[in-house]
Amino acid sequence: MQHARAAARRKPFPWHVVVFLAPAVLIYTAVMIYPLAETLRLSFFDRTDEGARFWVGLVNFERLFLDPHWADQFWNALANNFYFFVVHMAVQNPIGVLLAALLSMTHLPGRTFYRTAIFVPAMLSVVIIGFAWKLILSPIWGVSETLLGLVGLDFLFGPWLGKEGSALTTLALISVWQYVGIPMMLIYAALLAIPEDISEAADLDGVRGMALFFKVKLPLIWPTIGIISILTFIGNFNAFDLIYAVQGALAGPNFSTDILGTFLYRTFFGHQLELGDPHMGATIATAMFLIILVGVMAYLWGVQRRMRRYQF
Amino acid sequence: MRTTSTAAIALSIGLIATSASAAELVIESWRNDDITIWQDTILPAFHAQHPDIQVTFQPTAPAEYNAALNAKLDGGTAGDIITCRPFDASLEMFKRGHLVDLTGMEELGNFPETALAAWSTDDGSQTFCVPMASVIHGFMYNKDAFAELGLEVPTTEEEFFAVLDAIKAGGSYEPLAMGTADQWEAATMGYTNIGPNYWQGEEGRKALIAGEAKLTDEAYVAPFRTIARWADYLPSGFEAQSYPDSQNLFTLGRAAIYPTGSWEISPFQRDAFFEMGAFKPPVPNAGDPCFISDHVDIGMGINKASPNQEAARTFVEWVGSAEFAELYSNALPGFFSLSSHPITLEDPLAQEFIDWRNECSSSIRLAHQILSRGTPNLWNDMWVTSANVVNGVVTPEEAGAHLQEGLASWYAPQQN
Amino acid sequence: MNRARRSLTAEAAAHAILIAYTIIALFPVVLILINSFKDRRAIFQAPMAPPTPESLSLIGYATVLEQGNFALYFMNSLTVTVLALVLVLLLGAMAAFALAEYRFFGNALMGLYLAIGIMIPIRLGTVGILEMMVATGLVNTRTALVLVYTANGLPLCVFILSEFMRNVSKDLKDAARIDGLSEYTIFFRIVLPLVRPAMATVAVFTMIPIWNDLWFPLILAPGEAVKTITLGTQVFIGQFVTNWNAVLAGLALAILPVLALYLVFSRQLIRGITSGAVK
Repeated sequence: MQHARAAARRKPFPWHVVVFLAPAVLIYTAVMIYPLAETLRLSFFDRTDEGARFWVGLVNFERLFLDPHWADQFWNALANNFYFFVVHMAVQNPIGVLLAALLSMTHLPGRTFYRTAIFVPAMLSVVIIGFAWKLILSPIWGVSETLLGLVGLDFLFGPWLGKEGSALTTLALISVWQYVGIPMMLIYAALLAIPEDISEAADLDGVRGMALFFKVKLPLIWPTIGIISILTFIGNFNAFDLIYAVQGALAGPNFSTDILGTFLYRTFFGHQLELGDPHMGATIATAMFLIILVGVMAYLWGVQRRMRRYQF
Repeated sequence: MRTTSTAAIALSIGLIATSASAAELVIESWRNDDITIWQDTILPAFHAQHPDIQVTFQPTAPAEYNAALNAKLDGGTAGDIITCRPFDASLEMFKRGHLVDLTGMEELGNFPETALAAWSTDDGSQTFCVPMASVIHGFMYNKDAFAELGLEVPTTEEEFFAVLDAIKAGGSYEPLAMGTADQWEAATMGYTNIGPNYWQGEEGRKALIAGEAKLTDEAYVAPFRTIARWADYLPSGFEAQSYPDSQNLFTLGRAAIYPTGSWEISPFQRDAFFEMGAFKPPVPNAGDPCFISDHVDIGMGINKASPNQEAARTFVEWVGSAEFAELYSNALPGFFSLSSHPITLEDPLAQEFIDWRNECSSSIRLAHQILSRGTPNLWNDMWVTSANVVNGVVTPEEAGAHLQEGLASWYAPQQN
Repeated sequence: MNRARRSLTAEAAAHAILIAYTIIALFPVVLILINSFKDRRAIFQAPMAPPTPESLSLIGYATVLEQGNFALYFMNSLTVTVLALVLVLLLGAMAAFALAEYRFFGNALMGLYLAIGIMIPIRLGTVGILEMMVATGLVNTRTALVLVYTANGLPLCVFILSEFMRNVSKDLKDAARIDGLSEYTIFFRIVLPLVRPAMATVAVFTMIPIWNDLWFPLILAPGEAVKTITLGTQVFIGQFVTNWNAVLAGLALAILPVLALYLVFSRQLIRGITSGAVK
């Protein structure tokens, strides 16, 4: 850094910095930020029947948070979204860690096969995933019921996607199923990055097996788990496709699977006879943006800083 | 498909030198099921008469149609011809200046007032789409199953449930093929299918608009009570049963009765292995007058931003002609032309549906005109609530009260 | 020496868990594939049975090949995904390097600015994007999709890569500067190879949503000639919703090329992700 600063002092203008930054910043600004800013700006406007736009200040936000019709849906979607995230954290990360730990066992035969196979679902689109799981869970096809029957658990079967109590959990688990390969792969890479001599040193101290993993390796991969968590948080609060593909824009039954993404979509683009309301849609989008911003900030300033200290 | 794509490729790289007179029209539609019929039957008939106009049918999936179309209209990339949803969705496009005013077009005279109302301003002074078709609701049944169990077609509610009991007792068929996972089935095939018999069709629908009746009145709660009773006769796990599941259950002969819309006629005749019949929604008591949900569903209008206004008008005029009415109704049995021209249908099952028009009074769906204009949206609420009633999570009375509360929260005539 | 102590039971347990999970991961895919070869009655009556001579039916594939244009859709998806990926990785790495390496006025602010895009779905800017594409005549082109996906992929790429680039040893770069190498050479020859594992990670995160996106193809490029495989499949399912043979065959045809491509490149992909670790 000192050299860079010295270089900057010598040269009149650091053109290379501009060359490095400009292409990305230009494309990003023109194709992403500008259209998004247009949308966020809409949250302060409303329009007449003829489509003329007028300024309303914070009225849309007042409606979203206070008008019972909007507020009920908003808090419901937010709560569901948190639940969706919690299921991911509670299921995806432990499974990811477990699979990665097993894969990183030295000289485990067939691990290339496992690695490849477990990652497959992440490559498929929700169009495929949604259809496949609807089919598997369908009470009409009886696939899950038969499978549960093989282990004598068929009494557990129910129309999970159709019940308010279980639909969201089921969808969250489908999502975990699809994406678990990603954390698995990242944690696997982190585990491989742990120098051999650390394990050997632990071994000399009599720490091995499970203890080696939990006491030595796990602490070392916390930063990776941290990054995975924040990416999961952002992904979950932007999620939309899977629920839309499986349950439709009304996120049934009885809005029990409605998350912010589906609520936003329905509002912004309309549904059946309901016309899209770009202004309320933009208001929801702004709220989502703030929620994600708070989450990311909390991570950056809290969790990550502590981890850095821990790491070194 | 292959020719379309080659044409599109050639077009996109600008290799086709079109002669100055040939106009290219693109139809926006949500009827992706009908793409082959448009390509093979309807459009060739038009091209034969107007060789100077080339028309392409370009459907979008129904669920995305409104959103995608609005985005394309705002961006100026929408096709020349717009397939119009009934009532407010199209009215809004007209108000925003996306649809051409067709008032005074001669062909509009071929349609009755009720059909035009779906694509006119509230005061009826301006019309912006040519009516194409309506769909009629009712029930289809497996004739073999009925014969096997010695059952007669029910005409009253009591007979209907007796038939369901008999099928259930018989054990070899699911009595009713319907699920609530997609929600709209409960509303469209359930509530607004049987409802007109309870609220006296148009009379009850208009009373709600005028504020003279409330959704908590017995006439609107009673059909909820009936569909709540259906739950006992639906396949186990119906809460997670999707629309294609229901269709397959019926056409594979595993269910005896299917609450339906007439658009299913042609796919079902292709897929079913048995003879199908249809019956209209049973009336509450013997001798009651009958009403059917004969819902105006599709119209066609012109995109104001289209550079081919003249050609587009020629096409839409053709859509309003008697020739089109005959062609369309027979190419797509189950979509019944709204034209006043007498039409003969070749499909007996479709004829059965359309004959109900002579015996019963027609009515459109309860929530479609004016009542779904505000927030909360009544039609969305009706989907969710109907599914909730069948699922047994709300009572019919609670359902009525919930819908009324939502409607009264914004609709002035309901606020006193 | 570790190997000697590793108990056989532990390895057996590891295999059991991994096999169980592999079955869970692959089962839905296998289910679609086997049913795509069966006739309609067999699909419904015995969904888990493999096709037998009696139930074997290729009618679904016949319909798909007659109606769909899957080879073209697949090439479109491939073109869009690869171009967007290359742009994201190249431009993103350059920007990340600038942020990680140089101190200049507004560095932190620029980092924050570029990070905003991670937090907000680009779908919300649809109308603005569409208007822009119309104005520039890019509607119904693959270029429009590449631009959108590049813009959308850059923030995450910059975010992750700048983290990694901060950890690249200063000594290496300083030595190179003393040797008189230009900043560009340092970036391309020294830093880029060192962050390759991170780039592979970013590539995966970027590629999957692009390949699977349904929305922008629908809005920006719905034309038959530029349709992506995901949109093509979705439209196809919509058209043939009651025809399960065709739907399953369509899904199978959407899965197979991805699977084939993935199997070919998975070694490189995994080696990329783990290359920093395995020395």
